[in-house]
Amino acid sequence: MTELIEKQEEILEQLWISKNEKNKNSVTYEVLGVSKHSEEISSLQKEGLINLDDEKVWLTEEGDRKGEKVVRRHRLAERLLVDVIDVSGKEIHDTACKLEHYLKEGIEDKVCTLLGHPKTCPHGNKIPPGACCNVDVKVGDKYVVPLSSLKFGQKGKIVFISGISDKNLQSLASMGILPGAKIVVKQTFPSYLFGIGNSEFAVDKTVADAVYVRIEKD
Amino acid sequence: MHNKIKVLLVGNPNVGKSALFNALTGKYVAVSNYPGTTVEFTQGEVQYKGNSIEIIDTPGMYSMLPISEEEKVARNLILQGNPDWIVNVVDAKNLERMLPLTFQLIETGIPVILVLNMMDEAKRMGLEIDCEKLSQILGLPVIKTVSIKKIGVKDILNLIINAPYTYKPNSIKYDNEIEQEIEKLINFIKGDYKISKRLLSILLLQKDEEISDLVKVNENEDIIDVANTSRRKLEEVFRVSLDYMIALKRQLVAGEIVQKIFKKVAKEKESKVVSFISAITIHRIWGYPILFLVLYFGLYKFVGQFGAGTLVDFIETNIFEEWLLSGLTNLIEEGIKNDNIKELLIRDYGVITLGLKYAIAIILPIVTTFFLFFSILEDSGYLPRLAFLLDRVFKKIGLTGKAVIPLVLGFGCDTMATMVTRTLNTKKERVIATILLSLAVPCSAQLGVMLAVLSTSSTLLAIWVFILVLIFFIVGYFSKYFIRGEKTIFFVEIPPVRIPKLSNIIIKTYTRLVWYFKEVLPLFIYASLLIWVGRITGIFDLLLKIIAYPLQFIGLPYESAKVFLFGFFRRDYGAAGLYDLHKQGVFNNNQLLILSVMLTLFLPCIAQFIMTVKERGLKMGISIALFVTVFSILTGYLLHLIINVFLGISL
Ligand SMILES: Nc1nc2c(ncn2[C@@H]2O[C@H](COP(=O)(O)OP(=O)(O)OP(=O)(O)O)[C@@H](O)[C@H]2O)c(=O)[nH]1
Repeated sequence: MTELIEKQEEILEQLWISKNEKNKNSVTYEVLGVSKHSEEISSLQKEGLINLDDEKVWLTEEGDRKGEKVVRRHRLAERLLVDVIDVSGKEIHDTACKLEHYLKEGIEDKVCTLLGHPKTCPHGNKIPPGACCNVDVKVGDKYVVPLSSLKFGQKGKIVFISGISDKNLQSLASMGILPGAKIVVKQTFPSYLFGIGNSEFAVDKTVADAVYVRIEKD
Repeated sequence: MHNKIKVLLVGNPNVGKSALFNALTGKYVAVSNYPGTTVEFTQGEVQYKGNSIEIIDTPGMYSMLPISEEEKVARNLILQGNPDWIVNVVDAKNLERMLPLTFQLIETGIPVILVLNMMDEAKRMGLEIDCEKLSQILGLPVIKTVSIKKIGVKDILNLIINAPYTYKPNSIKYDNEIEQEIEKLINFIKGDYKISKRLLSILLLQKDEEISDLVKVNENEDIIDVANTSRRKLEEVFRVSLDYMIALKRQLVAGEIVQKIFKKVAKEKESKVVSFISAITIHRIWGYPILFLVLYFGLYKFVGQFGAGTLVDFIETNIFEEWLLSGLTNLIEEGIKNDNIKELLIRDYGVITLGLKYAIAIILPIVTTFFLFFSILEDSGYLPRLAFLLDRVFKKIGLTGKAVIPLVLGFGCDTMATMVTRTLNTKKERVIATILLSLAVPCSAQLGVMLAVLSTSSTLLAIWVFILVLIFFIVGYFSKYFIRGEKTIFFVEIPPVRIPKLSNIIIKTYTRLVWYFKEVLPLFIYASLLIWVGRITGIFDLLLKIIAYPLQFIGLPYESAKVFLFGFFRRDYGAAGLYDLHKQGVFNNNQLLILSVMLTLFLPCIAQFIMTVKERGLKMGISIALFVTVFSILTGYLLHLIINVFLGISL
């Protein structure tokens, strides 16, 4: 991955957010922090992704599509870091910025599926949906989500538990709540109720958020 | 004659250990459909075919790496108790979940018998278990039981007396990397221990403090370092905590075994009524009206009106006053000349007139009805469901749903409830629950008397309830912020709904009553004695004057000082005093309300204070007592200002 491409992608991202979420169609060179004659701007123009004048830059239709993909990858990367890898604070953004460039098409959709086709990033911004998000609705793919987002009657297998102390992890494990266990959701309010084998357990949201389940359709 | 054979009953919570204990020994311990009722262990003995067998019922435990207090008690019995046998009781229908503990018990090196209990329920669910195969795989004797019906119990005894133990239990094999480190530690251990070196090594790897302390005495000091290095090494390899790694492995093996020995046959139809009850009691909407109904009929109608009203009236007037008291009074009046002795026995504050009367005529019926109610809740499996329903609300006051058990029990006896706070997960929760029990949860005796006193005016009653609920939540809310501690999470096992067995309810209520009266009756007698001494020496009057002085600022009459003085011994004693004074028409309604609120909040009885110190330490015990006293007085003063000064109304 060359640095040039990374920089280009960041520019596309910034332009897309500006256009689609801040209603500002164009962005000045000053705000982008690049000069008109820089390599990244000229190659973006050459690829037909942006138009420009002396002060500012804006996306072409093709550029808009590409920008959306970059934003999607960045926000998915953030989700992945927060939900699965359990990173927090400033790290999220910095790491996501690096990671997004490695999520090529295909991988990106797999990550999206793994995360259960999330709608928003950890900061609450919308994640542009990808092809996988629509397919899933029809086909009913398997994916991994926190227990807290399962609905009544859904079944699954615990894949991992993260985000609670080792001691609590240990007590859950000793009660039989651990990876590999098959669960079925029986209630989601006022707390979460689910069955494992012939036992039933009640847990609060903190625990239900920490237990990740691969949904199984029957 | 053989030596006594020592047998430990060990298993997860709520698998029927206590029921099995009862079946084995014919002795009673509390059997309940709530995980974690056996906080302390119980001992019993059986004579069987010329052998004397000592049987110990341990608190429920999930693993040999203890997390809660109960688990510590149970593990210590295994480590230090020198048992000849471990009877591992499991719930047959949840075998997969329970086998990991069995593996750990095998690791102790102590002879283990696996008891598949609740076979009736397993059968109803359509599960068939191939015992012989299971026995073969584990290398353990396996026995099926239905302990509440005493089925299979004799088989256990026969096995125990027919020693020697010829089985060769199969220990679980962990991943090679782990096995290597275990091996290394085993070679390091030189001393002699009651449990196997293998388990010691595993626990050392898992950084178990008690075990570390234990081996430190005999072993080269390096052993702890060696264990820690191994642990670090392993965690580097596996990238997860070693405890977790080990737990996963055990569960994996359990799953494989169960695959081989379970056979699903046709399921018997689940009783429609039971599954309906099971569903509706935790329903997201209907659960709450049902909760209300349970409390209304259970606490208010049954304990409050029936126990504290009908029963108390009946016992007090018909049995106590007419029959017992009048007879005794006459006898003593005529037989005894000394005035002081008469005073001690039968005058206003006498041991018989006051101590015994309060205890038997007023407190006994109330507490009995409460314990009946509570036992039914417990055996039916309703309590954990209540925990599920209330967890959200309880989070607001720094507790989790689990706290409903001690808090509801507090309505019966705060002392007992304070003891049960032990079952809460974190120190923070235990402290908050203890404070709330000390302050805002009136015990049944007190509750009954208060209901009786305040029942003259439903407005008074409503205000009293309102104020207490308010204080409960306000104090809870602030405790959440002021008491430091880790954030608590909630997870609890929900047992199936079971129809309580009448005999069980009765025996259980009876055992609780015995406990209660052992704690309480002496206090009533001592209180009467102290008051008597106080009166003949004049100290009593002096104290009354001292207490009455600040009370006048709260607009309370001189007589109310008596209530507080009594209340110092027991809150319900004070409440009972209030009841008497109220009947004499000493108070107006404003005063009655202020007094009832203050008394409810007031310093817990001595027994509870002692229990608090025992459970939470001296410093915390005294701090809580001080806080409660100050809070109660300030609340009284505030109420006085609002009602008498500010609003100037008479209720
Ligand atoms: N159907 C059925 N119920 C049982 C059997 N054994 C016990 N129970 C019920 O299971 C519940 C739990 O029994 P306990 O004996 O209190 O369990 P425990 O293991 O001592 O529980 P803790 O003391 O909390 O660890 C009670 O409601 C018993 O009536 C059995 O063999 N069959």
